Amino acid sequence: MAKKVFKGRVICKGTYEGEAVVSHQGVNTLATFQKSALKNAKKVIGSDQNNPDVYGKNLTGIALILPQTIGSTTGGLVIQTICQMGINPAALLFSEEIDSLAASGVILAKNWENSKIIAIDKLGKEILNSIKTGDKISISEDGTVTLLD
Amino acid sequence: MKLTAEEKAILEGKEGQTKAKIMQTLVEFGDLFGAEEFVPVTTDGHLVTSFGIGLLKPVYRIMDEIIDAGLKTEYPFTVDPRPIDYKNVKCGLLDKLIFSKIMYSQQKHYEEQLSKIGLRNKDSFTCTCYLKEVGNTPKYGDVLSWAESSAVVFANSVLGARCNRNSGMLDIFGAILGKVPKFGLLTDEGRKANWIIEVKTTKLPEAQILGSTIGMKVMEDVPYVVGLDKFLGTELTDDVISYLKDFGAATASNGAVGLYHIENLTPEAKKFGKKIVNEKPKKYVIDDAELERVYKSYPVMWKNPESKPTLCFIGCPHLTNEQLISWTNKIEENLKLSGKKRVQLRTIMTTAPAVLKKFSETEEYKKLKSYGIKFSSICPLMYTNNPIAGGKPIITNSNKLRTYSKSRYYKDEDIVKIICGVK
Repeated sequence: MAKKVFKGRVICKGTYEGEAVVSHQGVNTLATFQKSALKNAKKVIGSDQNNPDVYGKNLTGIALILPQTIGSTTGGLVIQTICQMGINPAALLFSEEIDSLAASGVILAKNWENSKIIAIDKLGKEILNSIKTGDKISISEDGTVTLLD
Repeated sequence: MKLTAEEKAILEGKEGQTKAKIMQTLVEFGDLFGAEEFVPVTTDGHLVTSFGIGLLKPVYRIMDEIIDAGLKTEYPFTVDPRPIDYKNVKCGLLDKLIFSKIMYSQQKHYEEQLSKIGLRNKDSFTCTCYLKEVGNTPKYGDVLSWAESSAVVFANSVLGARCNRNSGMLDIFGAILGKVPKFGLLTDEGRKANWIIEVKTTKLPEAQILGSTIGMKVMEDVPYVVGLDKFLGTELTDDVISYLKDFGAATASNGAVGLYHIENLTPEAKKFGKKIVNEKPKKYVIDDAELERVYKSYPVMWKNPESKPTLCFIGCPHLTNEQLISWTNKIEENLKLSGKKRVQLRTIMTTAPAVLKKFSETEEYKKLKSYGIKFSSICPLMYTNNPIAGGKPIITNSNKLRTYSKSRYYKDEDIVKIICGVK
Protein backbone atom coordinates (compact mmCIF):
# COMPACT_ATOMS: atom_id res chain seq x y z
CA MET A 1 0.00 0.00 0.00
CA ALA A 2 1.29 3.44 -0.92
CA LYS A 3 2.45 5.59 1.93
CA LYS A 4 0.24 8.51 2.77
CA VAL A 5 2.08 11.70 1.96
CA PHE A 6 1.02 15.30 2.45
CA LYS A 7 2.74 18.38 1.09
CA GLY A 8 2.34 21.82 2.58
CA ARG A 9 3.90 25.27 2.68
CA VAL A 10 7.04 25.53 4.79
CA ILE A 11 6.94 28.35 7.31
CA CYS A 12 9.79 27.17 9.58
CA LYS A 13 11.71 24.29 8.09
CA GLY A 14 13.18 21.24 9.79
CA THR A 15 13.08 17.46 9.91
CA TYR A 16 11.30 15.21 12.39
CA GLU A 17 10.44 11.59 12.88
CA GLY A 18 8.17 10.57 15.71
CA GLU A 19 4.71 10.67 17.18
CA ALA A 20 1.78 12.81 16.08
CA VAL A 21 -1.06 14.26 18.14
CA VAL A 22 -4.09 15.23 16.08
CA SER A 23 -6.63 17.89 17.03
CA HIS A 24 -9.69 17.91 14.81
CA GLN A 25 -10.78 21.29 16.12
CA GLY A 26 -8.89 24.56 16.44
CA VAL A 27 -6.34 24.49 19.23
CA ASN A 28 -6.88 27.24 21.78
CA THR A 29 -3.25 28.12 22.47
CA LEU A 30 -3.69 29.90 25.78
CA ALA A 31 -6.14 27.35 27.18
CA THR A 32 -3.98 24.43 26.01
CA PHE A 33 -0.48 25.51 27.04
CA GLN A 34 -0.94 27.98 29.88
CA LYS A 35 -1.27 25.56 32.78
CA SER A 36 1.98 23.72 32.15
CA ALA A 37 3.84 26.92 31.28
CA LEU A 38 2.65 28.62 34.48
CA LYS A 39 3.79 25.64 36.52
CA ASN A 40 7.18 25.82 34.82
CA ALA A 41 6.62 22.17 33.95
CA LYS A 42 9.16 20.16 31.96
CA LYS A 43 6.42 18.94 29.63
CA VAL A 44 3.18 20.46 28.38
CA ILE A 45 0.08 18.49 29.20
CA GLY A 46 -2.80 19.91 27.17
CA SER A 47 -5.17 21.73 29.52
CA ASP A 48 -8.01 22.91 27.28
CA GLN A 49 -11.15 21.42 28.76
CA ASN A 50 -13.05 22.15 25.53
CA ASN A 51 -10.75 20.13 23.31
CA PRO A 52 -10.80 16.39 24.12
CA ASP A 53 -8.26 15.70 21.35
CA VAL A 54 -5.46 17.44 23.25
CA TYR A 55 -6.76 17.56 26.83
CA GLY A 56 -4.47 15.61 29.14
CA LYS A 57 -2.03 14.67 26.35
CA ASN A 58 1.70 15.34 26.26
CA LEU A 59 2.35 18.04 23.67
CA THR A 60 6.09 18.51 24.15
CA GLY A 61 8.37 17.19 21.43
CA ILE A 62 5.54 15.75 19.33
CA ALA A 63 4.13 16.84 15.98
CA LEU A 64 0.83 18.60 16.62
CA ILE A 65 -1.53 18.34 13.65
CA LEU A 66 -4.35 20.85 13.76
CA PRO A 67 -6.61 22.97 11.54
CA GLN A 68 -5.55 26.31 13.09
CA THR A 69 -5.16 27.91 16.49
CA ILE A 70 -7.96 29.89 18.10
CA GLY A 71 -8.61 32.07 21.15
CA SER A 72 -6.80 34.85 22.95
CA THR A 73 -4.35 37.15 21.21
CA THR A 74 -1.75 36.16 23.77
CA GLY A 75 -1.49 33.06 21.57
CA GLY A 76 1.67 34.03 19.73
CA LEU A 77 3.40 35.04 22.90
CA VAL A 78 2.45 31.74 24.49
CA ILE A 79 4.06 29.88 21.56
CA GLN A 80 7.16 32.06 21.81
CA THR A 81 7.38 31.40 25.55
CA ILE A 82 7.02 27.62 25.36
CA CYS A 83 9.71 27.65 22.67
CA GLN A 84 11.97 29.73 24.92
CA MET A 85 11.28 27.22 27.71
CA GLY A 86 12.01 24.32 25.37
CA ILE A 87 8.70 22.58 26.04
CA ASN A 88 7.11 23.25 22.66
CA PRO A 89 5.77 20.70 20.19
CA ALA A 90 8.57 19.81 17.75
CA ALA A 91 6.26 20.68 14.87
CA LEU A 92 3.00 22.47 14.21
CA LEU A 93 1.31 21.04 11.13
CA PHE A 94 -1.71 22.99 9.95
CA SER A 95 -4.30 21.52 7.62
CA GLU A 96 -5.51 25.06 6.74
CA GLU A 97 -3.62 28.30 6.17
CA ILE A 98 -1.85 29.22 9.39
CA ASP A 99 -3.76 31.78 11.48
CA SER A 100 -2.23 35.12 12.44
CA LEU A 101 -1.61 34.20 16.09
CA ALA A 102 0.20 30.95 15.42
CA ALA A 103 2.15 32.69 12.65
CA SER A 104 3.21 35.40 15.09
CA GLY A 105 4.25 32.75 17.57
CA VAL A 106 6.51 30.77 15.27
CA ILE A 107 8.03 33.90 13.71
CA LEU A 108 8.74 35.37 17.15
CA ALA A 109 10.21 32.04 18.29
CA LYS A 110 12.46 31.83 15.24
CA ASN A 111 13.68 35.46 15.22
CA TRP A 112 13.93 36.14 18.94
CA GLU A 113 14.53 32.72 20.55
CA ASN A 114 16.45 30.89 17.81
CA SER A 115 13.84 28.17 18.13
CA LYS A 116 13.93 25.19 15.79
CA ILE A 117 10.17 24.64 15.91
CA ILE A 118 8.90 23.33 12.57
CA ALA A 119 5.80 24.91 11.07
CA ILE A 120 4.05 23.81 7.89
CA ASP A 121 0.60 24.90 6.76
CA LYS A 122 -1.89 24.21 3.94
CA LEU A 123 -1.49 20.43 4.32
CA GLY A 124 -5.16 19.85 3.47
CA LYS A 125 -8.12 18.61 5.50
CA GLU A 126 -7.37 14.96 4.68
CA ILE A 127 -4.36 14.93 7.01
CA LEU A 128 -6.70 15.31 9.99
CA ASN A 129 -8.48 12.09 9.08
CA SER A 130 -5.58 10.05 7.71
CA ILE A 131 -3.24 10.49 10.65
CA LYS A 132 -4.33 9.51 14.14
CA THR A 133 -2.92 10.44 17.51
CA GLY A 134 -0.05 8.06 18.29
CA ASP A 135 0.81 7.42 14.62
CA LYS A 136 4.45 7.77 13.62
CA ILE A 137 5.19 10.39 10.97
CA SER A 138 8.19 11.95 9.31
CA ILE A 139 8.64 15.54 8.20
CA SER A 140 11.06 16.68 5.50
CA GLU A 141 12.56 20.12 5.00
CA ASP A 142 10.54 20.61 1.83
CA GLY A 143 7.25 20.45 3.75
CA THR A 144 6.43 16.79 3.10
CA VAL A 145 4.69 14.92 5.90
CA THR A 146 4.64 11.12 5.58
CA LEU A 147 2.61 8.65 7.61
CA LEU A 148 5.01 5.84 8.52
CA ASP A 149 4.04 2.18 8.80
CA MET B 1 6.51 42.71 0.67
CA LYS B 2 7.53 45.73 -1.30
CA LEU B 3 9.38 48.03 1.06
CA THR B 4 9.96 51.76 0.71
CA ALA B 5 13.52 53.10 0.84
CA GLU B 6 12.95 54.13 4.44
CA GLU B 7 11.64 50.67 5.40
CA LYS B 8 14.56 48.98 3.64
CA ALA B 9 16.98 51.17 5.57
CA ILE B 10 15.36 50.11 8.85
CA LEU B 11 15.57 46.45 7.81
CA GLU B 12 19.24 46.89 6.99
CA GLY B 13 19.93 48.19 10.47
CA LYS B 14 20.37 51.89 9.70
CA GLU B 15 18.23 52.70 12.74
CA GLY B 16 19.74 50.04 14.97
CA GLN B 17 19.65 46.27 15.27
CA THR B 18 16.57 46.10 17.50
CA LYS B 19 14.44 48.10 15.09
CA ALA B 20 15.81 45.95 12.24
CA LYS B 21 14.72 42.78 14.06
CA ILE B 22 11.29 44.27 14.70
CA MET B 23 11.01 45.11 11.00
CA GLN B 24 12.23 41.63 10.03
CA THR B 25 9.56 40.03 12.22
CA LEU B 26 6.77 42.13 10.74
CA VAL B 27 8.00 41.60 7.17
CA GLU B 28 8.03 37.81 7.64
CA PHE B 29 4.58 38.05 9.21
CA GLY B 30 3.27 40.11 6.29
CA ASP B 31 4.92 37.88 3.67
CA LEU B 32 3.20 34.84 5.12
CA PHE B 33 -0.22 36.37 4.51
CA GLY B 34 0.52 37.88 1.12
CA ALA B 35 0.84 41.49 2.32
CA GLU B 36 2.40 43.65 -0.38
CA GLU B 37 3.04 46.75 1.69
CA PHE B 38 2.94 48.39 5.08
CA VAL B 39 0.20 50.86 5.98
CA PRO B 40 0.52 53.54 8.67
CA VAL B 41 -1.06 53.03 12.06
CA THR B 42 -3.39 56.00 12.52
CA THR B 43 -4.21 56.12 16.23
CA ASP B 44 -3.43 54.95 19.77
CA GLY B 45 -2.43 51.39 20.50
CA HIS B 46 -3.76 48.71 22.81
CA LEU B 47 -1.64 45.88 24.16
CA VAL B 48 -2.80 42.52 25.43
CA THR B 49 0.14 41.87 27.73
CA SER B 50 -0.63 43.58 31.01
CA PHE B 51 0.59 40.95 33.40
CA GLY B 52 4.07 40.55 34.80
CA ILE B 53 4.07 36.77 34.90
CA GLY B 54 7.57 35.69 35.84
CA LEU B 55 7.76 33.01 33.22
CA LEU B 56 7.22 35.38 30.28
CA LYS B 57 10.93 36.02 30.18
CA PRO B 58 10.97 36.76 26.44
CA VAL B 59 8.69 39.77 26.97
CA TYR B 60 10.85 41.48 29.60
CA ARG B 61 14.03 40.77 27.69
CA ILE B 62 12.64 42.23 24.45
CA MET B 63 11.17 45.21 26.33
CA ASP B 64 14.61 45.91 27.81
CA GLU B 65 16.08 45.69 24.36
CA ILE B 66 13.49 48.16 23.04
CA ILE B 67 14.13 50.59 25.91
CA ASP B 68 17.90 50.32 25.58
CA ALA B 69 17.54 51.12 21.88
CA GLY B 70 15.60 54.28 22.82
CA LEU B 71 12.48 53.16 20.95
CA LYS B 72 8.93 54.28 21.80
CA THR B 73 5.53 53.76 20.27
CA GLU B 74 4.35 56.32 17.68
CA TYR B 75 1.13 56.92 19.66
CA PRO B 76 0.38 56.32 23.35
CA PHE B 77 -1.26 53.01 24.21
CA THR B 78 -3.65 51.44 26.67
CA VAL B 79 -3.23 47.91 27.94
CA ASP B 80 -5.29 45.03 29.31
CA PRO B 81 -6.26 44.95 33.02
CA ARG B 82 -3.85 44.31 35.83
CA PRO B 83 -3.88 40.79 37.29
CA ILE B 84 -4.01 41.73 40.96
CA ASP B 85 -5.89 44.18 43.17
CA TYR B 86 -5.38 43.31 46.83
CA LYS B 87 -7.42 46.30 47.97
CA ASN B 88 -10.66 45.22 46.31
CA VAL B 89 -10.14 41.52 45.64
CA LYS B 90 -9.06 40.22 49.00
CA CYS B 91 -6.60 37.35 49.02
CA GLY B 92 -5.33 35.05 51.73
CA LEU B 93 -1.67 35.12 52.70
CA LEU B 94 -0.89 32.08 50.58
CA ASP B 95 -2.63 33.59 47.52
CA LYS B 96 -0.69 36.83 48.03
CA LEU B 97 2.55 34.95 48.30
CA ILE B 98 1.88 33.03 45.10
CA PHE B 99 0.68 36.12 43.23
CA SER B 100 3.43 38.53 44.28
CA LYS B 101 6.45 36.29 44.61
CA ILE B 102 5.81 33.60 42.04
CA MET B 103 3.18 34.35 39.42
CA TYR B 104 3.29 38.11 38.94
CA SER B 105 6.74 38.76 40.32
CA GLN B 106 7.55 41.03 37.35
CA GLN B 107 4.43 43.22 37.57
CA LYS B 108 6.09 46.37 38.92
CA HIS B 109 9.09 46.01 36.63
CA TYR B 110 6.89 45.37 33.60
CA GLU B 111 4.68 48.40 34.30
CA GLU B 112 7.81 50.52 34.49
CA GLN B 113 8.86 49.12 31.13
CA LEU B 114 5.44 49.92 29.64
CA SER B 115 5.66 53.50 30.92
CA LYS B 116 9.04 53.95 29.28
CA ILE B 117 7.81 52.97 25.83
CA GLY B 118 4.50 54.90 25.71
CA LEU B 119 1.81 53.76 28.20
CA ARG B 120 -0.88 56.46 28.27
CA ASN B 121 -1.20 56.68 32.07
CA LYS B 122 -1.54 54.51 35.19
CA ASP B 123 -5.32 54.18 34.70
CA SER B 124 -4.97 52.76 31.21
CA PHE B 125 -5.41 49.15 32.30
CA THR B 126 -8.65 47.74 30.86
CA CYS B 127 -9.75 45.36 28.11
CA THR B 128 -12.50 47.85 27.13
CA CYS B 129 -10.24 50.72 26.10
CA TYR B 130 -12.71 51.62 23.34
CA LEU B 131 -15.49 52.75 25.71
CA LYS B 132 -16.16 56.48 25.62
CA GLU B 133 -15.21 56.90 29.29
CA VAL B 134 -11.76 55.42 28.62
CA GLY B 135 -11.35 57.28 25.36
CA ASN B 136 -9.15 55.04 23.24
CA THR B 137 -11.96 54.89 20.69
CA PRO B 138 -10.83 54.51 17.08
CA LYS B 139 -12.79 56.13 14.27
CA TYR B 140 -14.25 54.37 11.23
CA GLY B 141 -11.37 53.41 8.92
CA ASP B 142 -8.57 53.88 11.49
CA VAL B 143 -5.71 51.38 11.16
CA LEU B 144 -4.68 49.79 14.45
CA SER B 145 -1.84 47.78 15.88
CA TRP B 146 -3.89 46.25 18.69
CA ALA B 147 -4.07 42.90 20.38
CA GLU B 148 -6.66 41.64 22.92
CA SER B 149 -9.12 39.53 21.02
CA SER B 150 -12.26 41.14 22.49
CA ALA B 151 -11.01 44.68 21.79
CA VAL B 152 -9.91 43.85 18.24
CA VAL B 153 -13.25 42.29 17.32
CA PHE B 154 -15.11 45.27 18.84
CA ALA B 155 -12.97 47.85 17.04
CA ASN B 156 -13.37 46.08 13.70
CA SER B 157 -17.04 45.24 13.97
CA VAL B 158 -18.70 48.00 15.97
CA LEU B 159 -16.41 50.92 15.17
CA GLY B 160 -15.38 49.99 11.63
CA ALA B 161 -11.67 50.38 12.40
CA ARG B 162 -9.19 48.01 10.74
CA CYS B 163 -7.03 45.64 12.72
CA ASN B 164 -5.83 42.09 12.35
CA ARG B 165 -5.89 39.65 15.25
CA ASN B 166 -2.36 40.52 16.25
CA SER B 167 -0.54 38.55 18.84
CA GLY B 168 0.95 40.04 21.96
CA MET B 169 4.43 41.44 21.11
CA LEU B 170 3.45 42.08 17.49
CA ASP B 171 1.04 44.70 18.84
CA ILE B 172 4.04 46.49 20.38
CA PHE B 173 6.18 46.03 17.27
CA GLY B 174 3.54 47.59 14.98
CA ALA B 175 3.02 50.45 17.44
CA ILE B 176 6.77 51.16 17.52
CA LEU B 177 7.23 51.07 13.75
CA GLY B 178 4.01 53.03 13.33
CA LYS B 179 2.98 50.69 10.55
CA VAL B 180 1.53 47.24 10.02
CA PRO B 181 1.51 44.81 7.08
CA LYS B 182 -1.62 45.24 4.97
CA PHE B 183 -3.52 41.97 4.72
CA GLY B 184 -6.61 40.22 6.05
CA LEU B 185 -8.93 42.50 7.98
CA LEU B 186 -7.01 45.56 6.78
CA THR B 187 -8.25 44.98 3.23
CA ASP B 188 -11.72 45.44 1.72
CA GLU B 189 -11.66 41.86 0.48
CA GLY B 190 -10.67 40.46 3.87
CA ARG B 191 -13.61 42.19 5.52
CA LYS B 192 -16.20 40.38 3.43
CA ALA B 193 -18.29 37.77 5.21
CA ASN B 194 -18.11 34.11 4.23
CA TRP B 195 -20.90 32.95 6.52
CA ILE B 196 -24.52 33.97 6.84
CA ILE B 197 -25.80 33.29 10.33
CA GLU B 198 -29.56 33.28 10.64
CA VAL B 199 -30.75 33.98 14.16
CA LYS B 200 -34.21 32.45 14.51
CA THR B 201 -34.68 32.54 18.26
CA THR B 202 -37.87 33.50 20.06
CA LYS B 203 -36.15 36.18 22.14
CA LEU B 204 -32.87 38.11 22.28
CA PRO B 205 -30.23 35.42 22.82
CA GLU B 206 -27.79 35.64 25.72
CA ALA B 207 -24.91 37.55 24.09
CA GLN B 208 -22.26 35.27 25.55
CA ILE B 209 -23.91 32.07 24.32
CA LEU B 210 -24.74 33.39 20.86
CA GLY B 211 -21.16 34.60 20.45
CA SER B 212 -19.78 31.29 21.63
CA THR B 213 -22.08 29.35 19.27
CA ILE B 214 -21.03 31.42 16.28
CA GLY B 215 -17.32 31.43 17.22
CA MET B 216 -17.20 27.65 17.55
CA LYS B 217 -18.80 27.28 14.11
CA VAL B 218 -17.02 29.87 11.98
CA MET B 219 -13.60 29.79 13.69
CA GLU B 220 -11.68 32.75 12.16
CA ASP B 221 -14.10 33.49 9.34
CA VAL B 222 -16.23 36.63 9.10
CA PRO B 223 -19.92 36.04 9.88
CA TYR B 224 -22.81 38.21 8.64
CA VAL B 225 -25.58 37.86 11.18
CA VAL B 226 -29.21 38.33 10.13
CA GLY B 227 -32.20 38.39 12.45
CA LEU B 228 -30.48 40.01 15.41
CA ASP B 229 -31.57 43.55 14.47
CA LYS B 230 -35.12 42.38 15.21
CA PHE B 231 -34.14 42.37 18.88
CA LEU B 232 -31.34 44.93 19.02
CA GLY B 233 -32.76 47.54 16.65
CA THR B 234 -30.70 49.44 14.14
CA GLU B 235 -28.83 51.95 16.29
CA LEU B 236 -25.66 51.50 18.32
CA THR B 237 -27.13 52.65 21.63
CA ASP B 238 -25.19 52.18 24.86
CA ASP B 239 -27.16 49.00 25.63
CA VAL B 240 -26.48 47.60 22.17
CA ILE B 241 -22.78 48.42 22.51
CA SER B 242 -22.74 46.50 25.81
CA TYR B 243 -24.39 43.51 24.14
CA LEU B 244 -22.02 43.53 21.19
CA LYS B 245 -19.01 43.81 23.50
CA ASP B 246 -19.93 40.54 25.22
CA PHE B 247 -21.09 38.86 22.03
CA GLY B 248 -17.83 39.68 20.25
CA ALA B 249 -15.65 38.58 23.13
CA ALA B 250 -17.30 35.16 23.05
CA THR B 251 -16.91 34.84 19.25
CA ALA B 252 -13.22 35.65 19.63
CA SER B 253 -12.41 33.42 22.60
CA ASN B 254 -14.57 30.42 21.73
CA GLY B 255 -13.51 30.79 18.11
CA ALA B 256 -11.13 33.20 16.44
CA VAL B 257 -13.47 35.82 15.03
CA GLY B 258 -11.84 39.19 14.37
CA LEU B 259 -14.78 40.83 12.61
CA TYR B 260 -18.52 40.27 12.40
CA HIS B 261 -21.29 42.17 10.66
CA ILE B 262 -24.79 42.49 12.10
CA GLU B 263 -27.36 43.27 9.42
CA ASN B 264 -28.81 46.79 9.66
CA LEU B 265 -26.73 47.55 12.74
CA THR B 266 -22.93 47.50 12.52
CA PRO B 267 -21.39 50.20 10.31
CA GLU B 268 -20.22 48.16 7.33
CA ALA B 269 -23.38 46.05 7.28
CA LYS B 270 -25.38 49.29 7.25
CA LYS B 271 -23.25 50.83 4.53
CA PHE B 272 -22.93 47.87 2.19
CA GLY B 273 -25.74 45.50 3.15
CA LYS B 274 -25.34 42.02 1.72
CA LYS B 275 -22.79 43.33 -0.78
CA ILE B 276 -20.29 42.69 1.98
CA VAL B 277 -21.03 38.97 1.82
CA ASN B 278 -18.95 36.79 -0.50
CA GLU B 279 -20.62 34.68 -3.16
CA LYS B 280 -21.84 31.29 -1.97
CA PRO B 281 -21.46 31.87 1.76
CA LYS B 282 -21.80 28.99 4.19
CA LYS B 283 -25.01 29.10 6.20
CA TYR B 284 -25.81 28.36 9.83
CA VAL B 285 -29.22 28.67 11.45
CA ILE B 286 -29.35 29.30 15.18
CA ASP B 287 -32.57 28.70 17.06
CA ASP B 288 -33.41 28.26 20.75
CA ALA B 289 -32.58 24.54 20.61
CA GLU B 290 -29.14 25.14 19.10
CA LEU B 291 -28.27 27.70 21.77
CA GLU B 292 -29.39 25.29 24.48
CA ARG B 293 -27.33 22.48 22.92
CA VAL B 294 -24.20 24.65 23.02
CA TYR B 295 -24.94 25.87 26.56
CA LYS B 296 -25.30 22.31 27.80
CA SER B 297 -22.05 21.28 26.13
CA TYR B 298 -19.95 23.49 28.42
CA PRO B 299 -18.07 21.16 30.75
CA VAL B 300 -18.03 21.76 34.51
CA MET B 301 -14.40 21.58 35.55
CA TRP B 302 -14.76 21.82 39.31
CA LYS B 303 -13.31 18.93 41.28
CA ASN B 304 -16.75 18.46 42.77
CA PRO B 305 -19.43 19.70 40.37
CA GLU B 306 -21.90 19.77 43.29
CA SER B 307 -19.79 22.28 45.25
CA LYS B 308 -21.31 25.52 46.42
CA PRO B 309 -19.64 28.46 44.66
CA THR B 310 -17.41 30.66 46.79
CA LEU B 311 -16.83 33.55 44.40
CA CYS B 312 -18.55 35.17 41.44
CA PHE B 313 -16.94 37.32 38.76
CA ILE B 314 -19.11 39.53 36.57
CA GLY B 315 -17.33 41.64 33.98
CA CYS B 316 -15.10 39.83 31.52
CA PRO B 317 -14.77 41.89 29.35
CA HIS B 318 -15.05 44.83 31.76
CA LEU B 319 -18.59 46.07 32.35
CA THR B 320 -19.96 49.22 30.78
CA ASN B 321 -21.66 51.89 32.88
CA GLU B 322 -25.02 50.77 31.46
CA GLN B 323 -24.35 47.17 32.47
CA LEU B 324 -23.49 48.25 36.01
CA ILE B 325 -26.83 50.07 36.19
CA SER B 326 -28.66 47.09 34.72
CA TRP B 327 -27.03 44.73 37.24
CA THR B 328 -28.08 47.05 40.06
CA ASN B 329 -31.71 46.69 38.99
CA LYS B 330 -31.48 42.91 38.57
CA ILE B 331 -29.87 42.43 41.97
CA GLU B 332 -32.36 44.76 43.64
CA GLU B 333 -35.28 42.76 42.21
CA ASN B 334 -33.79 39.42 43.18
CA LEU B 335 -32.89 40.51 46.70
CA LYS B 336 -36.53 41.45 47.12
CA LEU B 337 -37.47 37.94 46.00
CA SER B 338 -35.05 36.27 48.39
CA GLY B 339 -35.82 38.62 51.27
CA LYS B 340 -32.12 39.30 51.80
CA LYS B 341 -30.39 42.64 52.14
CA ARG B 342 -27.00 41.61 50.83
CA VAL B 343 -25.74 39.17 48.23
CA GLN B 344 -25.11 35.69 49.54
CA LEU B 345 -21.97 35.05 47.54
CA ARG B 346 -18.80 37.14 47.33
CA THR B 347 -19.33 38.92 44.03
CA ILE B 348 -16.82 41.08 42.21
CA MET B 349 -17.82 43.30 39.32
CA THR B 350 -14.96 44.34 37.11
CA THR B 351 -14.88 47.51 35.05
CA ALA B 352 -12.41 50.03 33.63
CA PRO B 353 -11.00 52.60 36.09
CA ALA B 354 -12.62 55.45 34.12
CA VAL B 355 -16.01 53.71 34.06
CA LEU B 356 -15.84 52.98 37.76
CA LYS B 357 -15.07 56.64 38.42
CA LYS B 358 -18.19 57.69 36.53
CA PHE B 359 -20.35 54.97 38.05
CA SER B 360 -19.20 55.77 41.57
CA GLU B 361 -21.05 59.08 41.30
CA THR B 362 -24.41 57.36 40.82
CA GLU B 363 -27.12 56.16 43.19
CA GLU B 364 -26.77 52.69 41.72
CA TYR B 365 -23.18 52.51 42.92
CA LYS B 366 -24.29 53.23 46.47
CA LYS B 367 -26.95 50.53 46.17
CA LEU B 368 -24.56 47.90 44.88
CA LYS B 369 -22.08 48.76 47.64
CA SER B 370 -24.84 48.36 50.21
CA TYR B 371 -25.69 44.96 48.71
CA GLY B 372 -22.10 43.86 49.33
CA ILE B 373 -20.86 43.95 45.74
CA LYS B 374 -17.14 44.64 45.34
CA PHE B 375 -15.66 46.55 42.42
CA SER B 376 -12.30 46.16 40.80
CA SER B 377 -10.49 46.84 37.55
CA ILE B 378 -8.68 43.53 37.78
CA CYS B 379 -8.53 40.93 34.98
CA PRO B 380 -10.62 38.02 36.32
CA LEU B 381 -8.87 35.69 33.92
CA MET B 382 -5.45 36.50 35.31
CA TYR B 383 -6.77 36.23 38.86
CA THR B 384 -8.36 32.82 38.31
CA ASN B 385 -5.25 31.48 36.59
CA ASN B 386 -3.31 30.86 39.78
CA PRO B 387 -3.16 27.30 41.13
CA ILE B 388 -5.08 28.19 44.31
CA ALA B 389 -7.95 30.04 42.63
CA GLY B 390 -8.00 27.34 39.96
CA GLY B 391 -9.21 24.85 42.53
CA LYS B 392 -12.00 27.06 43.88
CA PRO B 393 -15.61 26.83 42.72
CA ILE B 394 -15.91 30.18 40.95
CA ILE B 395 -18.92 31.16 38.86
CA THR B 396 -19.16 33.71 36.07
CA ASN B 397 -21.39 34.97 33.29
CA SER B 398 -18.37 35.26 30.99
CA ASN B 399 -17.82 32.71 28.29
CA LYS B 400 -14.27 33.97 27.88
CA LEU B 401 -13.49 33.38 31.54
CA ARG B 402 -15.12 29.95 31.33
CA THR B 403 -12.89 29.07 28.40
CA TYR B 404 -9.60 30.02 30.04
CA SER B 405 -10.22 28.95 33.62
CA LYS B 406 -12.19 26.38 35.60
CA SER B 407 -14.90 28.93 36.32
CA ARG B 408 -18.43 27.69 35.74
CA TYR B 409 -20.63 29.60 33.34
CA TYR B 410 -24.19 30.62 34.16
CA LYS B 411 -26.65 32.73 32.23
CA ASP B 412 -27.33 36.19 33.67
CA GLU B 413 -30.83 35.19 34.81
CA ASP B 414 -29.40 32.23 36.75
CA ILE B 415 -26.32 33.88 38.18
CA VAL B 416 -28.32 36.73 39.70
CA LYS B 417 -30.51 34.19 41.51
CA ILE B 418 -27.46 32.39 42.85
CA ILE B 419 -25.76 35.49 44.19
CA CYS B 420 -29.00 36.84 45.71
CA GLY B 421 -29.91 33.52 47.31
CA VAL B 422 -33.19 33.09 45.40
CA LYS B 423 -34.32 29.48 45.80
